[in-house]
Amino acid sequence: MPAPIRLRELIRTIRTARTQAEEREMIQKECAAIRSSFREEDNTYRCRNVAKLLYMHMLGYPAHFGQLECLKLIASQKFTDKRIGYLGAMLLLDERQDVHLLMTNCIKNDLNHSTQYVQGLALCTLGCMGSSEMCRDLAGEVEKLLKTSNSYLRKKAALCAVHVIRKVPELMEMFLPATKNLLNEKNHGVLHTSVVLLTEMCERSPDMLAHFRKNEKLVPQLVRILKNLIMSGYSPEHDVSGISDPFLQVRILRLLRILGRNDDDSSEAMNDILAQVATNTETSKNVGNAILYETVLTIMDIKSESGLRVLAINILGRFLLNNDKNIRYVALTSLLKTVQTDHNAVQRHRSTIVDCLKDLDVSIKRRAMELSFALVNGNNIRGMMKELLYFLDSCEPEFKADCASGIFLAAEKYAPSKRWHIDTIMRVLTTAGSYVRDDAVPNLIQLITNSVEMHAYTVQRLYKAILGDYSQQPLVQVAAWCIGEYGDLLVSGQCEEEEPIQVTEDEVLDILESVLISNMSTSVTRGYALTAIMKLSTRFSCTVNRIKKVVSIYGSSIDVELQQRAVEYNALFKKYDHMRSALLERMPVMEKVTTNGPTDIVQTNGETEPAPLETKPPPSGPQPTNQANDLLDLLGGNDITPIIPTVPTSKPASAGGELLDLLGDLNLAGAPPSAPASVPQLSQPPFLLDGLSSQPLFNDIASGIPSITAYSKNGLKIEFTFERSNTNPSVTVITIQASNSTELDMTDFVFQAAVPKTFQLQLLSPSSSIVPAFNTGTITQVIKVLNPQKQQLRMRIKLTYNHKGSAMQDLAEVNNFPPQSWQ
Amino acid sequence: MLISFMLLFSHQGKLRLQKWYVPLLDKGKKKTTRELVQRVLTHKPKMCSFLECLHFCCAIEDQDNELITLEIIHRYVELLDKYFDSVCELDIIFNFEKAYLILDEFLLGGEVQETSKKNVLKAIEQPDLLQEEAETPRSVLEEIGLT
Repeated sequence: MPAPIRLRELIRTIRTARTQAEEREMIQKECAAIRSSFREEDNTYRCRNVAKLLYMHMLGYPAHFGQLECLKLIASQKFTDKRIGYLGAMLLLDERQDVHLLMTNCIKNDLNHSTQYVQGLALCTLGCMGSSEMCRDLAGEVEKLLKTSNSYLRKKAALCAVHVIRKVPELMEMFLPATKNLLNEKNHGVLHTSVVLLTEMCERSPDMLAHFRKNEKLVPQLVRILKNLIMSGYSPEHDVSGISDPFLQVRILRLLRILGRNDDDSSEAMNDILAQVATNTETSKNVGNAILYETVLTIMDIKSESGLRVLAINILGRFLLNNDKNIRYVALTSLLKTVQTDHNAVQRHRSTIVDCLKDLDVSIKRRAMELSFALVNGNNIRGMMKELLYFLDSCEPEFKADCASGIFLAAEKYAPSKRWHIDTIMRVLTTAGSYVRDDAVPNLIQLITNSVEMHAYTVQRLYKAILGDYSQQPLVQVAAWCIGEYGDLLVSGQCEEEEPIQVTEDEVLDILESVLISNMSTSVTRGYALTAIMKLSTRFSCTVNRIKKVVSIYGSSIDVELQQRAVEYNALFKKYDHMRSALLERMPVMEKVTTNGPTDIVQTNGETEPAPLETKPPPSGPQPTNQANDLLDLLGGNDITPIIPTVPTSKPASAGGELLDLLGDLNLAGAPPSAPASVPQLSQPPFLLDGLSSQPLFNDIASGIPSITAYSKNGLKIEFTFERSNTNPSVTVITIQASNSTELDMTDFVFQAAVPKTFQLQLLSPSSSIVPAFNTGTITQVIKVLNPQKQQLRMRIKLTYNHKGSAMQDLAEVNNFPPQSWQ
Repeated sequence: MLISFMLLFSHQGKLRLQKWYVPLLDKGKKKTTRELVQRVLTHKPKMCSFLECLHFCCAIEDQDNELITLEIIHRYVELLDKYFDSVCELDIIFNFEKAYLILDEFLLGGEVQETSKKNVLKAIEQPDLLQEEAETPRSVLEEIGLT
């Protein structure tokens, strides 16, 4: 059999291949030859064959059949064989394969070899890919070599020990004695690897850290070594652009960081050297900046005095002006980490940071954007927002969503005026309208609703915005909603902030209908548009017929959502026209939900369904006084809008009944509702609408179900009275009455309730929030319970109120519901 | 770990060197390599002024110092340069095992083991001599045709 071709020959041959297929053919042919050579157990050429295999492996071809051959090479006595064998092991094997365990014995022998280069190979391989089992078996050998006087081996043993510790942390202790005099070495290789080893130990074990701080007095030693490096003259062996051994300097700085963290004494001991490095390091080349960077990281992480911290931040500020974009990048990353703790110092560099928004590099732009948002405050909001809006305009699409969200947040926190806020939102919607996140739409709608004096201005601007282009969905949704709400202001030309425009009702309907028809509009957007059109039926005077027509057309829309809406609105026109104006009234001001949960109080006409509620333990701690907030917290769903309570508290027995009366009148044609403001808004849960068709919804009064005392403590008594629905046997209406027998009023009274998962609960507005003393009056509130599975009714209630100057809170379970209330 | 892996690849995306300091299955290595190569090459189409150009890629951990890593790459190139007397890509292609050996004398387990250029090169050249001495008798035999 002819000798296998040499490695270089093979490489040359393969490179002549003109196509991938040709290359593959050559490789396959050679692999076959190598395989038969392996089968013949040819010792002479094994090394050559494995080398070729490694080359082919690098090209991406499978080479696993060479794994065992690597082991044979390692076991060979020849140095050449061992070299390739170990290289092959590192490339072809990894610790997930059992094969590598066979190496353990060889490595053990080689660690004790007479030739240091063989020992070196073994240490290298163990330190790169040794598994935990191997490390356990060989840790003793490594520890022995850590104590050798041969610096070539000592440095490798140190890094090998690092690997062992990473793999088997429990073995850390055994290396401790060997570390005793490591830092007394003159050899830089040993010094460097020793510092790495000490760093690893200190990072992993607080005990070790304490030991090295106190007992070994590591900090002064490191400071001494660092000082020598800086002060010593030119050393050609370790010099890099005039700096002596920057690698060692950086590692020492890193170890100092760990030693100084949370430790005043250590931090103080290194203060001077840090200041020295920070001020004296040459910054013209990358190597100097690398050291400065590590110094800054250390200063920021230890307990440094404020002067030093300011120095560090100023270094970062200078980095921002550097031509090298790598340096700008690390500066921005570090500033982002420190902006919370050293806010004022970072603020001083704000203008430089903002300039980085115009950088060409994408990573720099992103960091600059994040940092800019972190720096926005009440003082700089106007200037910063200008820059950020400009950035939003010109940045890559991948940034737009985050930038828009950031701008909304910043605007909400620091807006100097409502007009400015609305303008900013408008700008974002028109610039990056399609990148705005979905959750921004309800937030914006709520914001607009609450800026009462800006309604006319807002609707006018929004109208103008979508007139030209109605493709950006979030913009169109907000605009449609506003036009639906404030279309009357638009048409009457009432704008104070700017020149009012002349718009007719038909023009408004034109744009809304265009949105409905457009292919670009999503289903959600269409829903907004249709509802807006419907709302305008009570705000416009001349075009009601047109609206009726549109609504009836969509009653046969393919889109089920639209169809349902249209049918319901149609019904509103046909059968319940007397309710229409009340139902489509202007939205009240909505309170902002705090961060308690993902649910949003903002309703967008008919969007919401009551979420299935669970028994949640009511959250403790101060709750915002807004009632709807509390309900949401407890009940976890967004099911009702806050209803302006107008039901008088005078007659306890029928107070709840009045509300019910309204709905009970539904089958009488033409009778207007007596208390229009307290009729629930359009977003009603489905079960309420169930009874609308024919019969009285509820038995009026005295249905024969006994009432219960649900709670009685500390002078507060709560009674439940029950009514069942005729048409929907799953609905129970509970009217609660709270009375107070003490001598002082109970104020800010809030009643909350939670029910088990299979139930649904709707809590209407209470009559007031004060329970007057001496039982002179009561608070009434209506609870509607839907119990489709006819399970036993249980309820947990939470009461909060102020009494005698202190805040009271109580939780209770109500388990004494009479069976007639739920069966 | 300072360095998780280091890759060298050509302007056309051909891998010239790969050193992994973290355990990863072959499949994972291939995938990572492919993704990285794609990213680097699409990102900087105009970086190279001549036809053949090598890209160096080092993966480091979050809290590591990127700038010193650049210096590490720099130092490795200098070592190759010194060893091969003005290194070019072909040197690395035809002597890839030497490139690995040099790397293994400079880094170990993802960390720098020797900061002196001289010492690293000595640690390659001396074993090279050892190897040559051991091989010489055999190659003479080969040359005269007696295998």
